[in-house]
Amino acid sequence: MSRQLLSWNRQPRIAPQAVNVLYDRHAELPHGFSKLIAYGNGRSYGDVCLNAGGTLLLTRRLDRFIAFDSRVGSVTCEAGVLLGDILALVVPRGWFLPVVPGTRFVTVGGAIANDVHGKNHHRAGSFGHHVLRLGLRRSDGTELVCGPSQSPDWFSATVGGLGLTGLITWAEIRLAPVASEWMIARTERFESLEQFWQRSEALDASWPYTVAWIDTLSARRGSVRGLLSCGRHAEAGEAARAWRDRAWRLPVEPPWSIVNPLSLRIFNAIYYRRGIPHRNVALHHVPFLFPLDQVRNWNAIYGRAGFYQYQCVLPRPGARRAVHQLLARIAAAGLGSFLTVLKTFGEDASRGLLSFARPGATLAVDFPNRGARTMALFEDLDRIVLEAGGALYPAKDARMPASVFRAGFAKADEFSAFVDPRFSSSFWRRVMP
Amino acid sequence: VSGPKERPRNVLVFGATSAIAEEVLRLLVADGASVYLVGRSELKLEAVLADLRVRRAAAQVVEGEIADLRDTARHPGLFESAQRALGELDAVLIAHGVLPDQGACQASVDEALDAVAVNAGSVLSLLTLAANLFEARGAGVIAVIGSVAGDRGRRGNYVYGAAKSFVATLMQGIRHRLAGMAVRVITIKPGPVATPMTAGLAGKRLPMSEPRTIARGIVRALAQSNGDVYLPGRWYWIMLAIRLLPERIFLRLDI
Repeated sequence: MSRQLLSWNRQPRIAPQAVNVLYDRHAELPHGFSKLIAYGNGRSYGDVCLNAGGTLLLTRRLDRFIAFDSRVGSVTCEAGVLLGDILALVVPRGWFLPVVPGTRFVTVGGAIANDVHGKNHHRAGSFGHHVLRLGLRRSDGTELVCGPSQSPDWFSATVGGLGLTGLITWAEIRLAPVASEWMIARTERFESLEQFWQRSEALDASWPYTVAWIDTLSARRGSVRGLLSCGRHAEAGEAARAWRDRAWRLPVEPPWSIVNPLSLRIFNAIYYRRGIPHRNVALHHVPFLFPLDQVRNWNAIYGRAGFYQYQCVLPRPGARRAVHQLLARIAAAGLGSFLTVLKTFGEDASRGLLSFARPGATLAVDFPNRGARTMALFEDLDRIVLEAGGALYPAKDARMPASVFRAGFAKADEFSAFVDPRFSSSFWRRVMP
Repeated sequence: VSGPKERPRNVLVFGATSAIAEEVLRLLVADGASVYLVGRSELKLEAVLADLRVRRAAAQVVEGEIADLRDTARHPGLFESAQRALGELDAVLIAHGVLPDQGACQASVDEALDAVAVNAGSVLSLLTLAANLFEARGAGVIAVIGSVAGDRGRRGNYVYGAAKSFVATLMQGIRHRLAGMAVRVITIKPGPVATPMTAGLAGKRLPMSEPRTIARGIVRALAQSNGDVYLPGRWYWIMLAIRLLPERIFLRLDI
């Protein structure tokens, strides 16, 4: 391989023994003894898609649509199709994916295997809630078709199952009707966590999409400030302008992180003031839902050493206290991030045995990789999360110890029975040694 | 004189499930063309047809059938069914082929002849039908996916290269025969492309192009080119240098 297959945060840098490009969803899995794991578009942050010494099954060439029912709103496609490809097909015909994560460059297989969530979790649940059926190829040569009512045990193991139950070859996904490709968005400032919880509750009741950005440096000054943004799909004619994707790339990939305390302070100060408070504006769905997609290689700003995202979920009632503690600890470390996101999850239980999303709040913070200092901070954060009864997001993890995984995923043993004997990942060997 | 510089509207594609052809078909369908696909494997052909049918607009025809193209007796029927489905054809793209193992070809003449039957014999038959069709009409586009391997015989793949060279010479002749008509005759010569056909070559440090990159070049060529088209374009210069190398130097090179 000329280019090493990494995940989005570029850590860890580990190599598989073999790489196998899949072209045909009907084909058998490669024979041999090495352990298999699917690698889609490499957008998870860690090692759920990596396999040191094993085989990576590249799924991006399984990118065919199988059917699109524009009457009832469902799309069936192979697992390597990107969510962005689905949106490009269905949005002009009045449909939308009911759940999208913060980037549209993830594969359908990856979205299912990590049971991803989006800014509308409080309304729509996670991706797995909208999967009607999926095909699962097992190493014994069989293909299982499962869904909420068809082999539901296999379905709940595979949704959020980190690609370990076999190869997801295709899926049928329910769509949601929209009248426009535009959205109506609104941004509010908040100047304390108290204010965030209060406004978040109020806005969650009236807006389908809500998410907060936090200025991590502000926690050092005692009160946490940030922006709470909400959105909904526009009605027909409410916003009907042309939109052009003005995505760009960093022309040069810096060898070292350009995210540092100084650049953070400048960025956060500017970003905080950027918000247009208390006014509804029309925004295309791409900049609203996928703002980072506009800089195609934004992960390069952290330099060759890469970065880590620490994303946890904190169940009620301890969520408020834990978020406060986490932000205080992060601020004290001075390792803050420019991308800190706080969101309340809805009450719907996720479908998967290993699904991450659960009632409560989720906090996600990016950190440049500074080696031991960063790891020490994470250990402190782990303690706060465990005390609150929370969990870390496997899709965003490159380092959690087995004990933290065990504490956060009570059904891990139940899940283990569904793991295909030929499948494993670097992540899985770390958390379930 | 060359053919009309227009994007083809009704295209017949042989080897339609090959990685490059599939990407070409997606681009053609996105551009509003109707297409007729011929492929060898039923499951693969059904998968590609279903995908294109999801992507097409209501008025576009997306049809196809399976055939083993070594069976040249079936070729006239394939042209007929394509015309029944699409109406008048304005382009034919021949994209099927196999990459035989050179060692196996040296050990077994049958192996070599079988590869030649697919890569050269079946193409001769299809090209004859396409040339006669477009000659009668006086307009059309004929394109074949050849290879840079046909430009000079190398020890690593000369059975494959010889078949591709045969096809390139056929195409030159057809181009000469139909010169003066609005028929364009295009030999696509891709460098190495990352496809199932070349999967065995991975790890040999070859700089591989993506099928989508090559497909964009082919669609551009279908709309405007005539003659040989190297993809990506730098392969024109690379192959020019390789063709011009004196034999006594070439024989000492490990390429």
